Amino acid sequence: MAAIEQAERELPAVPPAADHGNGAHDTHTGVVNPKLGMWLFLSSDCLFFGAFISTFLLYRDRGNQKGPTPADVFNIPFTSVTSFILLMSSLTMVLALSSIQRGEMRRFRIWIMATALFGATFIGGQIFEFTEFTRQGLNLDTSTFGSSFYVLTGLHGAHVTVGIVWLISLWGLAMQGRMTQADSERIEVAGLYWHFVDVVWIVIFTVIYLIPK
Amino acid sequence: MSTFTETAPLAPPRPLILRRPKSTTGFSSWFTTVDHKKIAIMYGGTALAFFVVGGIEALLIRLQLAGPNGTVLTASQYNTMFTMHGTTMVFLVGMPLAVAFGNYFIPLQIGARDVAFPRLNMFGYWVVLFGGLFIYSGFLFGGAPNGGWFGYAPLTSSPLSTGTLPGHGPDFWVAGIVLLGIGSTSAAINFIVTVLNMRAPGMTLMRMPVFTWMMLVVAFLTLFAMPIVTSAMIMVFFDRNFDTTFFLASQGGDPLLYQHLFWLFGHPEVYILILPGMGIVSEVLPVYSRKPLFGYSVVVFSGIAIGFLGWGVWAHHMFATGLGPVAISAFGLSTMLIAIPTGVKIFNWLGTVYGGAVKLTTAMLFSLGFIAMFTLGGLSGVLHSIVPSDTQQTDTYFVVAHFHYVLFGGLIFGVFSGFFYWWPKIFGRMLDERMGKLTFWAMLIGFNLTFFPMHIVGLVGMPRRTYTYEPGYGWDMLNLLETIGAFVIALATLLFLVNVIYTARRGPIASSDPWDGRSLEWSISSPPPEYNFADVPRVEARDDWWHRKYTEDADGRLVHLPAGGAVDDAEAEVAIVDDAHAGHGIHMPSPSFYPLVVAAGLPFLGYAAVFLNPWFLVPGLVLILFGVYAWGLEPGTEPGTEH
Amino acid sequence: MTPRSWRPRRLFLATAVAVSLVLAGCSEVKNNRQNALQPKGHDAKTINNLFWPIAIIAIVVGILIIVATVYFAIRFRYREGVNDNPKQIHGNTRLELGWTIVPALLLAVIAVPTISTIFDLADQPDADALQVTVVGKQWWWQFEYTDAKVVTADELVIPTGRKVHLELKACEDNICNVIHSFWVPELAGTVDVVPGRTNELTLDADKPGTYLGQCKEYCGLSHANMRFRVIAMTRSDFEEWVSEQQQGPVQPLYAGEGADQKPAGPAQELIATKYQCTSCHSFDNAAAPSYGPNLTHLASRDYFASATYELNKKNLVNWVMNAPSMIPMQTESDKCRPSPVNGCIGMPSFIENVPLGQPKMSRADAEQIADFLLEQK
Repeated sequence: MAAIEQAERELPAVPPAADHGNGAHDTHTGVVNPKLGMWLFLSSDCLFFGAFISTFLLYRDRGNQKGPTPADVFNIPFTSVTSFILLMSSLTMVLALSSIQRGEMRRFRIWIMATALFGATFIGGQIFEFTEFTRQGLNLDTSTFGSSFYVLTGLHGAHVTVGIVWLISLWGLAMQGRMTQADSERIEVAGLYWHFVDVVWIVIFTVIYLIPK
Repeated sequence: MSTFTETAPLAPPRPLILRRPKSTTGFSSWFTTVDHKKIAIMYGGTALAFFVVGGIEALLIRLQLAGPNGTVLTASQYNTMFTMHGTTMVFLVGMPLAVAFGNYFIPLQIGARDVAFPRLNMFGYWVVLFGGLFIYSGFLFGGAPNGGWFGYAPLTSSPLSTGTLPGHGPDFWVAGIVLLGIGSTSAAINFIVTVLNMRAPGMTLMRMPVFTWMMLVVAFLTLFAMPIVTSAMIMVFFDRNFDTTFFLASQGGDPLLYQHLFWLFGHPEVYILILPGMGIVSEVLPVYSRKPLFGYSVVVFSGIAIGFLGWGVWAHHMFATGLGPVAISAFGLSTMLIAIPTGVKIFNWLGTVYGGAVKLTTAMLFSLGFIAMFTLGGLSGVLHSIVPSDTQQTDTYFVVAHFHYVLFGGLIFGVFSGFFYWWPKIFGRMLDERMGKLTFWAMLIGFNLTFFPMHIVGLVGMPRRTYTYEPGYGWDMLNLLETIGAFVIALATLLFLVNVIYTARRGPIASSDPWDGRSLEWSISSPPPEYNFADVPRVEARDDWWHRKYTEDADGRLVHLPAGGAVDDAEAEVAIVDDAHAGHGIHMPSPSFYPLVVAAGLPFLGYAAVFLNPWFLVPGLVLILFGVYAWGLEPGTEPGTEH
Repeated sequence: MTPRSWRPRRLFLATAVAVSLVLAGCSEVKNNRQNALQPKGHDAKTINNLFWPIAIIAIVVGILIIVATVYFAIRFRYREGVNDNPKQIHGNTRLELGWTIVPALLLAVIAVPTISTIFDLADQPDADALQVTVVGKQWWWQFEYTDAKVVTADELVIPTGRKVHLELKACEDNICNVIHSFWVPELAGTVDVVPGRTNELTLDADKPGTYLGQCKEYCGLSHANMRFRVIAMTRSDFEEWVSEQQQGPVQPLYAGEGADQKPAGPAQELIATKYQCTSCHSFDNAAAPSYGPNLTHLASRDYFASATYELNKKNLVNWVMNAPSMIPMQTESDKCRPSPVNGCIGMPSFIENVPLGQPKMSRADAEQIADFLLEQK
């Protein structure tokens, strides 16, 4: 009976929600849409890299390998330096975000540019590494090691490159004065992507370069 | 940028070459719309068009196999047909149909005014359309896909020059799947964020309609499955064009890696296709039984369980590949396991019908047909988990029968149930029930005529993907029967299309709640206004709308609520008028050109990959970069565009 | 609404027609020798014995659910004023637990014999087993008898009552690097043939006879035509067959030694020099694998061309002249014009789209070649 009474109090039309739904009412998860969307995209990207990393692990040691082995071509100190630079770019990304959150636009511009430049340095290192490996006889078609190495690290490089273009675009907007403290959420989303790309590199670097055969 | 309703661009928007489109009606508005309902209609229309195309391919296949030594198609044409039939039905019919229903009804069922990312939504649609057209353009430019919908390497990954598969078929296929993956991933992200973030107040997860729940599971499956197949496609692309050795056995590559990657996507994909159908049926059965869904939470959790278990069964597609007895035993067991939540759903649906007041409308008939046909598909699936017997059945017509019972008897019956159930809501007019019932019976009979004999023909030795067979194997009669059945299905489909066209003008106008529905979409006018809900509803129960109309007496019998009684039509009309007034002051996202521009750039990248011609990159990258920047810089909602 | 009177009748009629067609189809099946439901070997019988009880359970469950669906729909049909306010049942925990647990138990019952059968079938054969290496090519099968050093194609000859242990490999040349699947349903289940792997299958046949098989994994243009036959003979017949195969060709291809080596006759001249058949086939060494089927003892086979055509002069002449007209070959495509150097997939036509640098074949030449081959017992 209680159910009837309760229902009788209600109107035929569905009662409106308290907040009228026009403003940015709080989301259920507490994470704003673009950020949640980016998290989801990155979780999807994890599986993308996961597939290539597994492939690399499967193929690194397979028999009848021709051409150079990982031990022949890898220059761990060099790659460690470029990896370190990429890691540092995560730090500058954090600084850029905190600058814009505090409204310090000049610092923001500096840090976002620094992030992009660090990223570009990493890509430069990768290009050097690729040419060097090719010179030593490791090509896409040399062995399953060559195939899986180039495709995996190349796709990571592509991700970094997209990130660099994104960061520079944000920097350009800031230079034009079209980016303010209120846009810090956009930077956060870009930052998520950038950090993800760094973290993936840590995994790749460990798996490919550091874990001994 | 938190939600689309929050706008306030800080710098004054400058014209970005293209002036912002304003019109939300008329022909041109379809190209720029960000309204989830219009996009859903486009998804649905596109999927139906591809359904017809894929169906014609199926008819050609069946004509070729109607008798032994058929001459309707050449071997090469046949191989293209079965590849395109599978690819079309999975990627261009099944998935877009699910997205169509999801797009339309997820926001309505959770009491939201739009999806989380309206422009991304639009982008996803155009990518799917262009991706589909891109794959089909292979017919014009150097060969449509001919390596099977599963595209096993090394057949597909062998370079063009070896001639293992003639033409550019695999290239179009690989690039097309990647394009479609972009589209479906964006739709998946959109659905998840919409469901997780944008539910009306009070709409807790366990109050959500089952359809929305199943679409949430589907979105997660899509999100995690597509990147895996994309990685496989990239490897095939590199093997084919840059002489990498991913799948080249003589160089240490392993063809089974492709199968692992493909089925790690491919099996969840099966659930991506079937769960939306299960969701629709879970909506339809309670409405026409006038009873709540039996064991709501069990149905939801079994759906989630299917989603999880779906990741642990992929190798049952590979029982014959020589994985070793331990591995195949494990995958055999996990495959059996997945039958449990599936069975639970079937029993719960029967429990819903039991003791109800069953109105045998077309939608209900299709849902009942779903239960019966899907059960048969599920049971033949259990037979496949019996590994030793699967080694006889694999790659025979028995398997073809099995997955058509699951995907046609499941997905397509579910979708048709959804059409008849939701059509009045979407278009404001009822479909003709008499034609509808005829469609159902024709489809049921045609379907069983086509696919039941395939069980037998498979068991007695007919392999799949064979363009010809010799007389004397005892397959002739059964194949003829299957061909006849296929044409009956075609007739049924035709009848449905006639129904659609006929009722578009003459169909009776639908009230806002013609079926005495249960979920929130029936609380608003048919078709719904652009902003869906003049006031965002406050949800207080599962089946909220139902509980505003009915309550239960002490025996658990239905009791009409006097005040909250089913809104009769006159009142509904008034309510709509009220809505139109109430709509003032609601900011809806503005139409945009740019998602279309970005999507238009993608096929050029596809052509660059197919023909290895960097010149295609120029228009592609120009369109994409311009589109992305302009998209990023325009506000979601132009200021001053209130209703 | 359609009038009640005729709908059931028409439905009944349609069902009757369908059922009779299915039955007709089934009776037709009797002579089929590619039928998983008529096992003739140990493996196939084991599988069949596992399949049927479970299939019957599945059929019964299926019928029960369909009957329940139809019955509920009719029994609880909506009637104005009678049941328009049905009891609102939201669920029943005990029932739901029941229909979770019962299927789980049923599956457990099914799982036990399944797993034990998997391991049974995976058992290694005894040392006595006949060893044969099976190579999947595009689109035919090569059989290499390890001990007898005999290479043959299309027809796998085995002794009855003895296990045959097959090692299955795929051809790994870049040009034929694809997956096939080996299937003789009356003798055993399917095993894929995967490049880079060696899979194993043990089969046997109880009685002498011919058992049909077919490639099951889509392997390109002529996948449908990749047939083969397993011919089981008594042990003594088999020994005889082996010793015949081990002998040299009835007519040798060449005469002379070293630099003096010349084709031994006019037909041999056509084969070795004019049409260069030797670039793909072996004609004088039954122990040597070759790119195309080994033809040293072609005439000892009943069928040829992927076991699709009966071996007789008419078929053979046609085949020699224009094989792609009988079985589609990749050479149909203009892009691939075969030559001794650049192989295309499959046998070329010698009258249309002739291999580079080779003459068009006359019917007289083809007949001469066919006559020669038909004598190569």
